[in-house]
Amino acid sequence: MKKFLAQTYIWILMVLLYAPLAFIAVFSFTESKVLGNWTGFSTKLYENLFTGRMQGSASLISAVENTLLIALVSAFVSMVLGTVAAIGIHNLSGRKKRALTFVNNIPMINPDVITGVSLFLLFIFLHFSQGYLSVILSHISFGTPYVVLSVLPKLRQMNPNIYEAALDLGATPGQALRKVLVPQLRPGMVSGFILAFTMSLDDFAVTFFTRGTIGLETLSTYIYADARKGGLTPELRPLMTLIFLIILVLLLVINIRQARMQKEKENL
Amino acid sequence: MKRSHWSIPYAVFLAIFVVLPLLLVLVYAVQDGQGHFTLANITRFFSDSDALGTFAVSLEIAIENTLICILLGYPAAWILANKELNRSAVTIVLFILPMWINALMRTLATAELFNMLGFQLGKGTLLFGMVYDYLPFMIYPIYNVLAKMDKSYAEAAQDLGATPWKVFWKVTVPLSMPGVSSGILMVFMPTVSTFAISEFLTNNKIKLFGTIIQENINSSMWNYGAALALIMLVIIGISTMITGDGKEAEEALI
Repeated sequence: MKKFLAQTYIWILMVLLYAPLAFIAVFSFTESKVLGNWTGFSTKLYENLFTGRMQGSASLISAVENTLLIALVSAFVSMVLGTVAAIGIHNLSGRKKRALTFVNNIPMINPDVITGVSLFLLFIFLHFSQGYLSVILSHISFGTPYVVLSVLPKLRQMNPNIYEAALDLGATPGQALRKVLVPQLRPGMVSGFILAFTMSLDDFAVTFFTRGTIGLETLSTYIYADARKGGLTPELRPLMTLIFLIILVLLLVINIRQARMQKEKENL
Repeated sequence: MKRSHWSIPYAVFLAIFVVLPLLLVLVYAVQDGQGHFTLANITRFFSDSDALGTFAVSLEIAIENTLICILLGYPAAWILANKELNRSAVTIVLFILPMWINALMRTLATAELFNMLGFQLGKGTLLFGMVYDYLPFMIYPIYNVLAKMDKSYAEAAQDLGATPWKVFWKVTVPLSMPGVSSGILMVFMPTVSTFAISEFLTNNKIKLFGTIIQENINSSMWNYGAALALIMLVIIGISTMITGDGKEAEEALI
């Protein structure tokens, strides 16, 4: 009885959470311009999306490219900067360590609008021309804290003597870093990268304030502009459906693999 | 070179891209257009009935949204973390999955769904859409804490004669508080400051505080916009102090 109630509750929430997504997916298979108006089954929107034969296709495709480019570059820099920073913070102590971890937490607690406005004022103040670079720098600033927080626990779990041992055995600091430290920290670096990447993909407010006036559009700003003009580009429906499916498959694969690895560990 | 020095590049980066921008919010907030010191921007807010009204509405919506998310999300997180009730790790993945879909797109779809079902867009739809957008951010940190919790505390309480109800309220709930405060941080502040989402969900009928800040910045009223952002920052400071310094709360996330 308890189990039945619990499962019913979970299913009701799940249906509510997925209703809008299912709505988009269902209406990606009809041609109508307006979401919610069924004009018969058709895969024309998918064809349009892949052949690029649609109104304003160039700008939608470049928005997708910009989103991916900005997310990849900023997440990669975040990963490197954050890992180096985590090693430094791990070896700090006392007031310096507390101060740095405190400031590291600020971008995560700050609402997007505040982060966006404050960075906008920074670029104005420094007379820094706003465009790709300012957006990427901004994304690095809110992505890196997640890398730091993902890598720090791995450093705490690590035996500090391994690195020293490598040095004693004649490894250069560079070799010790590449062959000893990085392999140990890799799981934390990867989950930090993924977090920073998804934060960047999903960001709207910070990009909106820091992209300047050169006409740089990401998927979020494109959708915003589209909705303000009234009426979404219909091809966004198949695009969102595909993104959703890709993420669903990726997450399931990662999770099933993790569960399997854990089981193997338990069996050993 | 000492390895603690490896933190220097990031310290410099944080100083330029986190501390300096926040200081600039303060500086712009207390300046007029010519760069002279003034408190007019701050006092203007308190005599601006439009902004004050928006502020009150934003706080109200954010409090209601946070409460609904706790009420709906806590039981869900508890069920998901309970091995007897939920054997599959996939369910939690399905719960956090919508977080990966573009929030604006999800919101627009929610609004269109309401339109199609014939609901009037307004406060009700705004709250529903907000809960829909932020519920995963409440469930995930609570789930994380509950899943990692040492079961022996609850078992000990049970052995000492506590009823299941008592075990839940006196042991499980207190131990899961870091997750709840993390969830509050992830839901409350973003709701107050959100922009775009509220316009889409209410057909421009209800504006939230984030929108007012954005409108001022976009119409080049930087100083007044900065003053509004500063007021927002003060609220963040207060709510972070109430929910703890955020450190353990953020750790509950990862």
